[in-house]
Amino acid sequence: MTLTVKAPNFEVLRADFPILETVVRGKQLAYLDNAATSQKPQLVIDALDRYWRAQNANVHRGVHYLSQIATSEFDAARVKVQTLLNAASSKEVIFTRGCSESINLVATCLTSGASAKATNGQKTTPCIAEGDEILISTMEHHSNIVPWQMAAERVGATLKVIPISDAGEIDLEAYAGLLSEKTKLVGIVHVSNSLGTVNPIKQMVEMAHAVGALVLVDGAQAGPHLSIDVQDLDADFYTLSCHKIYAPTGVGVLYGKRALLEAMPPYQGGGDMIRTVSFERTTYAELPAKYEAGTPNVAGVIGLGAAIDYLAHLGRWYVGPEKPDMTDREALVVAFGAIHRREAELANEASRLLLEIPGVQINGSAPDKAGIVSFTLDCAHPHDIGTILDSDGIAIRAGHHCCMPLMNRLGVPATARASFAFYNTMNEAERLASGVRKIKEMFS
Amino acid sequence: MSLDLRELYQEVILDHNKRPRNHGRIEGAARTAEGHNPLCGDNVRVYISTEDGKMTDVRFEGSGCAISTASASLMTEAVKGKSFEEAEAIFKEFQQMVTTTGEAVPHPDLGDLEVFAGVREYPVRIKCATLPWHTFRAALQGEEEAVSTE
Repeated sequence: MTLTVKAPNFEVLRADFPILETVVRGKQLAYLDNAATSQKPQLVIDALDRYWRAQNANVHRGVHYLSQIATSEFDAARVKVQTLLNAASSKEVIFTRGCSESINLVATCLTSGASAKATNGQKTTPCIAEGDEILISTMEHHSNIVPWQMAAERVGATLKVIPISDAGEIDLEAYAGLLSEKTKLVGIVHVSNSLGTVNPIKQMVEMAHAVGALVLVDGAQAGPHLSIDVQDLDADFYTLSCHKIYAPTGVGVLYGKRALLEAMPPYQGGGDMIRTVSFERTTYAELPAKYEAGTPNVAGVIGLGAAIDYLAHLGRWYVGPEKPDMTDREALVVAFGAIHRREAELANEASRLLLEIPGVQINGSAPDKAGIVSFTLDCAHPHDIGTILDSDGIAIRAGHHCCMPLMNRLGVPATARASFAFYNTMNEAERLASGVRKIKEMFS
Repeated sequence: MSLDLRELYQEVILDHNKRPRNHGRIEGAARTAEGHNPLCGDNVRVYISTEDGKMTDVRFEGSGCAISTASASLMTEAVKGKSFEEAEAIFKEFQQMVTTTGEAVPHPDLGDLEVFAGVREYPVRIKCATLPWHTFRAALQGEEEAVSTE
């Protein structure tokens, strides 16, 4: 698809996010903590309001009017996620409580002792067993470390770690050396939440598949910034944290290749995930219900559907009236291309201004980064930076970002992290830098 | 900078952050303990030398924010030469000062430690100020397990 190159003014989109008008201690809020959670557009807030006022009912159960509306909205959201990820089927989209639960689901189901019997007669069940190896990287979030640690311990498998360079990039040579026929799973983050590095997933998946290993891609930070195509990446599993993609908290997505999801045993037992139940034997429901025991987060999922609608609108807005026939998928691809460029501009400007301040160090200098500026200042601890910036209305994150092993690798106890969304402004990047300059003066 | 913030980052705190007093370890210390704040990654180790029920030397090392570093530094100054009971009384008053909400009341007995009065306006930072104290008390009580704020 060819597009007319132009640069629409992203700042007009701020009006879609009512919370951005917040005044903090007399200062206009500068929300630079988007990697922790994104703000929600009015379209999502309205969808939630409409749901609670006019659509609330349990899904996949009732024959009544409200239940049918709720079910149809809920199911429509699944198709929207399929479009977002370019999955082959909406049955490959499983709703969870969050990205952490998505990873826990896979780690549990791949190491479940009962797996062979419980799979509705499937011949081969993918599983991780004693003596097998699980590979993760140094830059993983705790939620892509701990579930694998627990799983490895459960079955007697070994967890191995792919090192990173000083610039914050995966050491691909070391990765190649660690892969072997013992490797059963590679768990890798698509975009690092602490460094912003975008990892070469497609290449890493290909390398893993060459030794017969499955790959789970933690897409928590990629979801808000990149156009994702799970078929092109050939990822076996891909996880999303939906509250980072402008949707409500409490919803996550697990994408899994159909054959794998069909072969793995269920995760939790309960309502919705069964076909028939007797005290002697239970048979399980087809995908995706098999992995969705109990009443799901109906409102949250409908809110997620609205967030994806918003992103498709953004793509159409960006292109303008010249392409009236764009599909939703095309609109989303355009939207994420534009978002990624806009956020890179903001983050690059923030980095440039911060580096003018003596004593500032930026963690992660990979050429391909996604909207994240993680930094330290020689004279002030990240927490002091966070508190002082907050007094200027600037919201950033300070701490280890749930990446303690990575902090050890970087040799810092914590960092300050400014993370940008498309609705941030150059002025906010400047306010960040001038705030840090003030801290430098105060602490020197 | 806002007035509130000056209240938190008083000159004394900035000074003790920059030049912490009694910083370092005591080899063969009679008592020692370690403390962590898992939420932010702050950690501190406190060393105590004792003689006849008094603390002849108190030192600390570790990494943390200005509030926790200055708190550790000022704490060592406040308890050095004191008995365990006297130190406990100072801790009680200090803790009350940083955790009591409402109108500020003077704490003349605390001396320099009174600079931490502003911390009570910043609930997430109270643990930064109290971590060195909890670690100090663990050392006195001979607790082997590292102290955690969570």
